[in-house]
Amino acid sequence: MNPAMFFALIGVGLFCLGLFSLIINSHLLRKILAINIMGSGVFLVLVALAKRAENMPADPVPHAMVITGIVVAISATALALTLMLRVASETGHATLVDEAEK
Amino acid sequence: METLTLLDWGFDLLLGLGLICLAWWTLFCTDLFKAIVLFITFGLLMALLWVRLEAPDVALAEAAIGAGLTGALLMAALARLQNASRNANSNDSPKPGEKQND
Amino acid sequence: MLLTCNIQQCAMQLDEPVYCANTGNSMNRKLFLIILLLPLLLTLAAGLGYAVLSLPEQPQYLPELVIDNMHESGVSHPVTAVLLNFRGYDTLLEMVVLLLALLAVWSLDITASRNKTRHKSAPGLVLDTLTRLLTPVLILVTAYLLWVGAHAPGGAFQAGSVLAASGVLLLLAGWRISDKLTAFPLRIILIAGPSMFIIISVLTMLFEGHLLKYPVAQAGLFIVILETLATLSIGATLAALFIGVRPKESNKGRQHE
Repeated sequence: MNPAMFFALIGVGLFCLGLFSLIINSHLLRKILAINIMGSGVFLVLVALAKRAENMPADPVPHAMVITGIVVAISATALALTLMLRVASETGHATLVDEAEK
Repeated sequence: METLTLLDWGFDLLLGLGLICLAWWTLFCTDLFKAIVLFITFGLLMALLWVRLEAPDVALAEAAIGAGLTGALLMAALARLQNASRNANSNDSPKPGEKQND
Repeated sequence: MLLTCNIQQCAMQLDEPVYCANTGNSMNRKLFLIILLLPLLLTLAAGLGYAVLSLPEQPQYLPELVIDNMHESGVSHPVTAVLLNFRGYDTLLEMVVLLLALLAVWSLDITASRNKTRHKSAPGLVLDTLTRLLTPVLILVTAYLLWVGAHAPGGAFQAGSVLAASGVLLLLAGWRISDKLTAFPLRIILIAGPSMFIIISVLTMLFEGHLLKYPVAQAGLFIVILETLATLSIGATLAALFIGVRPKESNKGRQHE
């Protein structure tokens, strides 16, 4: 197993960790952090797979996709943070209320 | 020759497992401010990882956008959130009595 | 044991201070949810790991395709060529996504002074000095990254993000752009990148028949123009996303309360 495959597995681990935190945590800011970490995991898988051939230079197409993905992720994060601030100013707290707990 | 690959592997292992531990700590630590600082650190470690995977463009983009700008956005949102809750706690809020989040 | 300690800790801080009233019930719910969720997530992780490891060893023909066509792309760095020439359509859509995010943030109308207790404090000495020293350096780094993207790692997105970072630093140090400049010039800079992309895509569709197919002799020139305007747009958009608050309308427009 070469280093690229090891990093791809780390990326899978990051994705599942972020998913776990997204489902479990109820505070909106933590959910946004979790989504960002899931995104980083996906980017790690893409770039690691670009380098999985041992002696060839890295494949530039996934690099371009990941650069695009990083910019889209920050714009989505900015929009999500603004939505969180609106939710907080309308309801007074920044958590998602579980229906059964009300 | 063998020590070089061993060193390589040791470095990769340290980087990968450090990333997972940092992600776990970011998502499940108690203080939000600490979580955001850890997230910025996570972004910088990812930039190091991109250099290891021979993706310097992605490393530049991640260090500037993923660590720097996303961290600034998250800090600004956290400050606004705490400001809003502090102001709502100090004034007499006209909203029906909802518990305030910190 | 470390894992269970962590799980207990994360179960303990899961109900944020709001729901202290029925702590026992909600913590039991959260523990039950965790116990239900862990095997499912481990299965998902195992499945994804197997899918990633079982990919064929050699990558497909795309890298060779890129290297074979590099002489037609107008730049000599493969990632820049892919971003701005071979997959220019993705870059066009990405710039439109950035603009859309900014429009959505502006339309959500987070007013800065919803509560009147805003404190205006002077920036500390370190921040002040550092901003004064760093801003010209960052603008130079932006121009350098933009120019060097043709033959070394760099390019429009990296340069635009450094420009946005310098804008964020200025905003943190207390600099505010004057109201006259936020109405029209800011909006022109924001749409310069995407609109130049759209203009060039329409022109190439009319003259070459395919979307964003640059004529080979002028490909380098097209890429430089697109990258420069894209840098300005990206920097302005990201800095405006940091501010979050929509700039005030001019007095000639409708009065917004």
